Amino acid sequence: MLESNIPSGPIEEKWERARFEMKLVNPANRRKHTVIIVGSGLAGASAAASLGQQGYNVHCFCFQDSPRRAHSIAAQGGINAAKNYRNDGDSIHRLFYDTVKGGDFRSREANVFRLAQISVNIIDQCVAQGVPFAREYGGLLDTRSFGGVQVSRTFYARGQTGQQLLLGAYQALEEQVATGSVKMHTRSEMLDIVVVNGRARGVVTRDLLTGAIESFAADVVVLATGGYGNVFYLSTNAKGCNTTAIWRAHRRGAFFGNPCFTQIHPTCIPVSNENQSKLTLMSESLRNDGRVWVPKKKGDTRPPAQIPEAERDYYLERRYPSFGNLVPRDVASRAAKEVCDAGLGVGPGGQGVYLDFADAIRRMGESVVREKYGNLFDMYEEITGENAYKVPMRIYPAVHYTMGGLWVDYRLMSTIPGLFVAGEANFSDHGANRLGASALMQGLADGYFILPYTIPNYIASNPLEKVDTSQPEFAAVKEEVNKRIARLIGIQGKRTVDSFHKELGKLVWENCGMARSADGLRTNLEKIPMLREEFWNNLRIIGTGAELNQSLEKAGRVADFLELAELMCLDALEREESCGGHFRVESQTPDGEALRDDDRFSFVSAWEWKGEGDQWELHREPLTFEHVHLAQRSYK
Amino acid sequence: MNLTLKVWRQQDNKSAGKFVTYQVQGVTPDMSFLEMLDLLNENLQAQGEAPVAFEHDCREGICGMCGFLINGVAHGGHRGTTVCQLSMRFFKDGDSLTLEPWRAKAFPVLRDLAVDRSAFDRIIQAGGFITAPTGVAPEARAILVPKEDADRAMDAAACIGCGACVAACPNAAAMLFTAAKITHLNSLPQGQPQRYQRTSDMVAAMSGELFGSCTNHGECEAVCPKKIPIEFIGRMNRDLIHATLHRRGG
Repeated sequence: MLESNIPSGPIEEKWERARFEMKLVNPANRRKHTVIIVGSGLAGASAAASLGQQGYNVHCFCFQDSPRRAHSIAAQGGINAAKNYRNDGDSIHRLFYDTVKGGDFRSREANVFRLAQISVNIIDQCVAQGVPFAREYGGLLDTRSFGGVQVSRTFYARGQTGQQLLLGAYQALEEQVATGSVKMHTRSEMLDIVVVNGRARGVVTRDLLTGAIESFAADVVVLATGGYGNVFYLSTNAKGCNTTAIWRAHRRGAFFGNPCFTQIHPTCIPVSNENQSKLTLMSESLRNDGRVWVPKKKGDTRPPAQIPEAERDYYLERRYPSFGNLVPRDVASRAAKEVCDAGLGVGPGGQGVYLDFADAIRRMGESVVREKYGNLFDMYEEITGENAYKVPMRIYPAVHYTMGGLWVDYRLMSTIPGLFVAGEANFSDHGANRLGASALMQGLADGYFILPYTIPNYIASNPLEKVDTSQPEFAAVKEEVNKRIARLIGIQGKRTVDSFHKELGKLVWENCGMARSADGLRTNLEKIPMLREEFWNNLRIIGTGAELNQSLEKAGRVADFLELAELMCLDALEREESCGGHFRVESQTPDGEALRDDDRFSFVSAWEWKGEGDQWELHREPLTFEHVHLAQRSYK
Repeated sequence: MNLTLKVWRQQDNKSAGKFVTYQVQGVTPDMSFLEMLDLLNENLQAQGEAPVAFEHDCREGICGMCGFLINGVAHGGHRGTTVCQLSMRFFKDGDSLTLEPWRAKAFPVLRDLAVDRSAFDRIIQAGGFITAPTGVAPEARAILVPKEDADRAMDAAACIGCGACVAACPNAAAMLFTAAKITHLNSLPQGQPQRYQRTSDMVAAMSGELFGSCTNHGECEAVCPKKIPIEFIGRMNRDLIHATLHRRGG
């Protein structure tokens, strides 16, 4: 049933072969084909710009006031590329190997190889657009190291790499808007997709200013709507990040891949108060020069500077001597949780570990550290009021990224023909754990270099009869969307949408966060439906659907999180192994590392929605490893 | 701590607005300014009142979505900080704060503290890009960029498009925003072919919206959360003069 469409032949030639085999659309015919792209982050903006340049009629939607706001903008550290400028042993093959291993052998080899191949083109493309990457004095591009690898292949623009890459794509997109090939719909939230004769043929949106429900028809629909980390309420995601687009598509027939694969990032500013609304990431690049430690003694409340070297436990360097502070994110997060659970955590509530730059400052001088990380130190001080040049930062893991997402084949098409999914919204390339600086790489690979081939191929290979929004399929979906909004407003109960979201987030964090047990997951599978029930009976929204109503926007998103959370727990319960960010306490090595079970779980979980109140059906896409030897991941 | 807020309430861009006073209790110093407003909104909803609409997204000072005036100062007046990153530890019990939206003709109020900044997108559309269609671009290392040029480009490219510069300017000029993008692109070798066309097109687009002109008040630089220097306006004007003379000279 699941056809991944991976081309035959040697792995190095698969993408080239696929590109040659793909059908093309005559330039004169392109403008007759409409492509809807939902989301304007790295994947969405780059796809919209590229397809617009090719001459397609593109409609791009975002819920923010401008495509430049998309949350890709917040990525700090960098973007990987196998350029091997440093002569330090990097290659396409090594980036491929690192990514498959980093993902704990739960991704498709063919997809990851293609990603590594394309990585080098991305840097060229972005430099041509004027992305101001960091340079050395000779004018050459600078690179740095990131977690989970032993080469220096991460390109960066200070601590604002995501911002600069997004602005590059945004500018290319706006250039197309000016030429008329792309029509940008801002402040428009996609609330459902329209399927006609088994193919995705349009979307239904809500104008967030007027509340108008509108529909749009197309030949192809692309979802580039990001991840669902906000199911945890507290995360490093922007407040608006949500699952609605992919969840609505899931309910219309798109399978959901690996929903339980979520990434908890090790270096975030710890939670400080009950009203906290979001968590702030401190870039992983800090682990290049910062050293992570906790006091060896429980309840040691001395200021960090007064704790002598001998009484500090640099636990990452101790446990993982070869990778040290640069172990992958899942490993670093779990280690932080372990020391804090053991009562060694620092700061209020003991939920924190030190990230110390004293050695780096001694070695390189404060000015060099400032040059490399100045904006991150400033950000830390703004939030905590502490000067990290003088005292170590305090950090704790936080939800950051979701490797899971809609299942797609090699061409990034979901199980609904004509519905493509790109960037964080799909499940494709990162397996059970994403390496740092790989999200930007994947978003741009999908948007600049994969969809511009696979979408024309789909258009050219399929008979796409004309559709327009006056057809009954569109009216029916619009009617459903209108009813749902009316239902949300009509509840008129007592609780605010945020109170439900916080309660859901706590449940998911406690039982489906860094450590997961069968008992905890079963608890959640009971509690989440009860919370959902209460939500639909006791929510209170002030105002109407025909105005700018931010509570209503949130309510629709939280309603979808309440369904997704259940599927995440179900997937986590089903996967009785530990891999990457998915740590089942029942499945660990004697020294506490994640223990995979390749015999039983070397597959992608693809869940099919069977209707409200019915149980999901699990489909399995087997994973085979021909080029990277399956092994227990070790960073020791 | 307890605060008194005078907040601009306006239903939509057709209605008149007014200040409404609210008390917020139980604010703690480790909250951010927007978390304080979240608290106000939870209380308002509990009383059956519509929450205050304000724009925000990343809450880490990079998306550029948030921004309003606190006691007349864009983003509240802490150098290099957006309102989402503004900590409540800078305020004290009993403070009275007036919150109002960006005030500029080119930024019509949509509701309460939210305004329409789409004019910025239109300025970018006019020339805020380097034309480099997706495809086989030159090898990245073939283009050398002196570090000081790359650094200046990055200083300028750091703009988050929040609109504080416009809100702070007595003329509601968008010169700092426009100059930042022009300086970013015009500082790089890749930006040279379109340099002067870009400059004149973007300046024309800026003038076509309802923004005023620069009269060297420097308020924009003072409130810019990314500390973008007013010097870039000088660079933009220099390129504009060149573009104008060049065109006249044929």
